[in-house]
Amino acid sequence: MYILKRILTMILTIWVIVTLTFVMMKFIPGDPFASDADVLPPEVLENMRAQYNLDKPVAVQYALYLKGLASFDLGPSIESRTRTVNDIIKSGFPPSAFLGLQSLVIALFFGLLLGIIAALYHNRFLDYISMIIAIIGISIPSFILAPLLIKVFSVDLRIFPVATWGTWMHTVLPSIALASMPLAVVARFMRSSMIEVMNANYIRTADAKGLSTAGIVIKHGIRNAILPVVSFIGPLFVSLITGTFVIEKIFAIPGIGRYFVDSIFNRDYPVIMGTTIFFSVILVFTLFLIDISYRLIDPRISLTSKEG
Amino acid sequence: MVIKQNNDTLFAPLHPDKKIADEIQRPSLSVWKDTLLSVLKNKLALVGFFLLAAIVFLAIFGPSMVPYSPSGQDLTKTNLAPSSAHWFGTDNLGRDMWVRSWYGARVSLIIGIVAAIIDLILGLIVGGVSGYMAGRGKKGDRIDSVLMRIVEVLYGIPYLLIVILLMVIMEPGITAIIIALSITGWVGMARIIRGQILQLKSQEYVQAAEKMGTSHTKIITKHLLPNTMGIIIVNLTFTIPTAIFAESFLSFLGLGVQAPFASWGTMANDALGVILSGQWWRLFFPGFLISLTMFAFNVFGDGIQDALDPK
Repeated sequence: MYILKRILTMILTIWVIVTLTFVMMKFIPGDPFASDADVLPPEVLENMRAQYNLDKPVAVQYALYLKGLASFDLGPSIESRTRTVNDIIKSGFPPSAFLGLQSLVIALFFGLLLGIIAALYHNRFLDYISMIIAIIGISIPSFILAPLLIKVFSVDLRIFPVATWGTWMHTVLPSIALASMPLAVVARFMRSSMIEVMNANYIRTADAKGLSTAGIVIKHGIRNAILPVVSFIGPLFVSLITGTFVIEKIFAIPGIGRYFVDSIFNRDYPVIMGTTIFFSVILVFTLFLIDISYRLIDPRISLTSKEG
Repeated sequence: MVIKQNNDTLFAPLHPDKKIADEIQRPSLSVWKDTLLSVLKNKLALVGFFLLAAIVFLAIFGPSMVPYSPSGQDLTKTNLAPSSAHWFGTDNLGRDMWVRSWYGARVSLIIGIVAAIIDLILGLIVGGVSGYMAGRGKKGDRIDSVLMRIVEVLYGIPYLLIVILLMVIMEPGITAIIIALSITGWVGMARIIRGQILQLKSQEYVQAAEKMGTSHTKIITKHLLPNTMGIIIVNLTFTIPTAIFAESFLSFLGLGVQAPFASWGTMANDALGVILSGQWWRLFFPGFLISLTMFAFNVFGDGIQDALDPK
């Protein structure tokens, strides 16, 4: 019942996003053919408008767009005349997905590690060090960190390439820049969750029973403390995706984030809409999966209960 | 009888003449005084507070400390390193970075604070009405569920994505950024306030007030709102830096504050091309100021949160 309700909300959300994006596209000042208007005869312009359905009434355009969406056809791009939006997403997705997943792994692994260390050494030196790293990570935006990393590791030390995409070495700096903020947030979250768990009665019982410290920390501590962090992967994912807009721009990576930003400046309606909808669907779907899996992992939360 | 005797012999009052048994040792403090004391004890939160005060002070008075204007170009003095004449150096158009940095601070602070206030007002109205009406008959439940469906759908929409689209439609500038941030930003606040109101409503003292015939407005203003203040303030200390971050993010992408106006985000973006040529101050000062502001808000917010919720 709960899952069904969530699926309905999800579909409604996606429909609202599609409609909102469509309406907003119609309000954008400026014409995608503005630069062509001076050089091309009006008849050619008319034909081009017709090709992108821009000559039809708005309601018809909307219906045609929804029809295309239903068959996963996001339409042609205006800027690059030979490629469709599907082509752009297909070519941009692998770099973006790789970058995003690698950053997610870095953020989760090191974030959890820092958080656990901080909690186990609560109010001692290692705790302070971990939390200083975390607060620096939260304070420095990725678009400031990225140029700094390039300056130090590419220009001065010459360890990693400055920009662009190709080998795995190209992915290291962008992944670090993208992961820094989520890493810090995970670390802080894990720390407070772990401190709370380690003060619980069952931990004291396990200790009194004579279990080894490592056994207590791993079996009882981390397993219980990690649950709230799972619910946090959603917002984490959101910040990773928006992070790719600037990171892919700075490192000149041919991912979807960069196509999205470029299409905005080119007034390339179909690409703006296509990428927005693509991002939104991925996000909404991920949030849904996390929500469901969280409820499956933690037996204390029932799938049928209403959220407060 | 026996007990009384014991009292007389074994447990004699310390000061038989002074009747101080009922006196409370620690002076009773209001929640706000208590919070203030607890924040003052938290050194990191104090550091955050003084950093914020310094940033606000320099945002107001910094530009008038030097004889330059934020958009005044001097092409004979381009790309100068920091010196006694130009404290933060100059950029590629010979504009003084000190003045531009503090104009950027004004932009960031105004956007952060105004966006947070609008979020708060919208969140209070929607969250408050929704939480208060829930469980009040069929009509009340319907209002609550309609408002919550709207919130739920908006909550699922990726925030910055919509903000970016809105920025494309509107004439770029401070007002546009504030509108774009507020349209999506209030949803989180509304959810939190509704949750808090629902919880408070089931408390005995609110139910007692209701049974005694206290009016709706009086219950809302006397009982519900004052008790949500804590969570609202904690949330504010986190929505302000989020808005400041969003502004610099948008400006960095070229969608926010437009030239010749200065913003930390645009200054950082302008500096991207020259980091390879060693003009470190072009990136350092705007980057450092954004980070410092975020740091100050975060530690100050943490301190307030710890003080209001000492769990």
